[in-house]
Amino acid sequence: MGPQGSRTTRTVKVDYLARVEGEGALLIKVRGDRVEDVKLKIFEPPRLFEAFLRGRHFTEAPDITARICGICPIAYQMSAVHALERALGVAIDPQIRLLRRLFYCGEWIESHALHVFLLHAPDFLGYEDAIEMARHHRPVVEMGLRLKKIGNHLVSVLGGREIHPISACVGGFYRVPSAGELKSLEEDLKWALEASLETVRLSARFEYPDFEQDYEFVALRHPEEYPLNEGRLVSNRGLDIDAAEYEDQFVEQHVKHSNALQSVLRKRGSYLVGPLARVNLNFDRLPASARQAAAECGFAVPCGNPFRSLQARALELVFACEEALRILAAYDPPPEPRLEAAPRAGRGCAITEAPRGILYHRYELAEDGKILAARIVPPTSQNQRRMEEDLRALAPRLLEETPERMTWLCEQAIRNYDPCISCATHFLKLRLERA
Amino acid sequence: MLVIGCGHPDCGDDAAGLLAARRLREMGLEAAEASGEATSLMAGWEGHEDVLLVDAVLTGAPAGTIHLWDARSAPLAREALRCSTHGLGVAEAIELARVLGRLPARLRICGIEGRRFGPGEAPSPEVLEAVEKAARLIREEMPCTNRE
Repeated sequence: MGPQGSRTTRTVKVDYLARVEGEGALLIKVRGDRVEDVKLKIFEPPRLFEAFLRGRHFTEAPDITARICGICPIAYQMSAVHALERALGVAIDPQIRLLRRLFYCGEWIESHALHVFLLHAPDFLGYEDAIEMARHHRPVVEMGLRLKKIGNHLVSVLGGREIHPISACVGGFYRVPSAGELKSLEEDLKWALEASLETVRLSARFEYPDFEQDYEFVALRHPEEYPLNEGRLVSNRGLDIDAAEYEDQFVEQHVKHSNALQSVLRKRGSYLVGPLARVNLNFDRLPASARQAAAECGFAVPCGNPFRSLQARALELVFACEEALRILAAYDPPPEPRLEAAPRAGRGCAITEAPRGILYHRYELAEDGKILAARIVPPTSQNQRRMEEDLRALAPRLLEETPERMTWLCEQAIRNYDPCISCATHFLKLRLERA
Repeated sequence: MLVIGCGHPDCGDDAAGLLAARRLREMGLEAAEASGEATSLMAGWEGHEDVLLVDAVLTGAPAGTIHLWDARSAPLAREALRCSTHGLGVAEAIELARVLGRLPARLRICGIEGRRFGPGEAPSPEVLEAVEKAARLIREEMPCTNRE
């Protein structure tokens, strides 16, 4: 691992990119002061979940797709149940709708807390990893761990267990919590809200590289809410579609160096999904406390600096805690935990907001409820092209840096996205060549 | 004693810890399973004084070799426990807990040397044999009246 080469030819090679979920590799070729090539290499074998789903009954899809990811299984369950309910014409109980939002809040809290405190913050505080950071910033790490634990607990109360929860199903949940069970989460969530506001303040003390990019942000937008499960898919360049139109606008492309397909907008190419896109497109839907915290900390939209995605995650932590508390206060257990969905032939598409960005599912069903075809486009596949473009823009600015710092910043530019390579198919190795 | 088997069920020898936990349960003993993600692992051993983690390792020893390390006495060789693809895995859980003073009073690692970790691969015969041996060794230490 490390830089090699003469003044005009230099190779910087990192064999294992730390602090990302999954495994991949990165190659940057620089000739003189020109970046010749950037490749985010994902060489992990494709896992073929879409093929596993064919021939299975629709009721199995939420549990099968939850296995795609250990960090964001709820996103897979939510996109699956919404797409299937659209195919089957099922309208869910309003309390089930609230419980699904609460479930998603739990996943956002655990996923964002893990990334902000343990994977991303060491970049800004100048430590190799969270362990080194913990030696000098113990309260910060303790706060992150407690936040994550609260998110995990919320997920296990609703989902039956923390990892690969088993309760969500088409029409609702196999089991819904009692009002008392949810009430027991209240004190922890109140603490989590204060900790999230402190996280926003903490994030304001970090130094962010000056790296503003001209992104097409893509996220859901709901008439009243900060988006989780519902909304139209919009962008800052005029996109405004229903999930059913997704494949008219977006296409997945195979590139030789990646086993994960890269998704692009048919007419315009790369785009950005995830917390920074959501905050840019939905800042007005954040709770007042988050907007005020952002203002106090000098975070304003539009913001096209991917390094500030950490601040977007912190603001979304505030939202997730406030939303969870709101739902807890309004919860009245539904008369039935789920509505029975009768099988019928149909096609259904849905998009929900996974912690890392939009997650698209499409199912085609036979009359007996068997799945004829499935399509899943995870957020990391959608950000993959944009990650390469960030590096293409960043690398020329780093030529005066020491090779070690150049490598560090390139790795950090990948971590900005909190990529889940396991979702997109899984190992990231970074290799930077100067020729 | 709390036994936690770590790993991935569908990545060849990475399943070693999970298989050991399942074998112990077949023997009538309690054993938990974990993916190896650091924060969940730390939460899992919270409140326990005596913990044994079973996980696949890569040290260069022959496949099927069983290692027993005392995690409290010295930092572990983090490369040996790099079988996980998590951003923070078993080694990070132990070292982070050490820095934060959250290690159990007794924490030992039973490492089962693996040789193949590809997605969809079956565990190697050497590892399957070692899982059985490790489970029997652990059983000798565990107090329980309901043994096979």
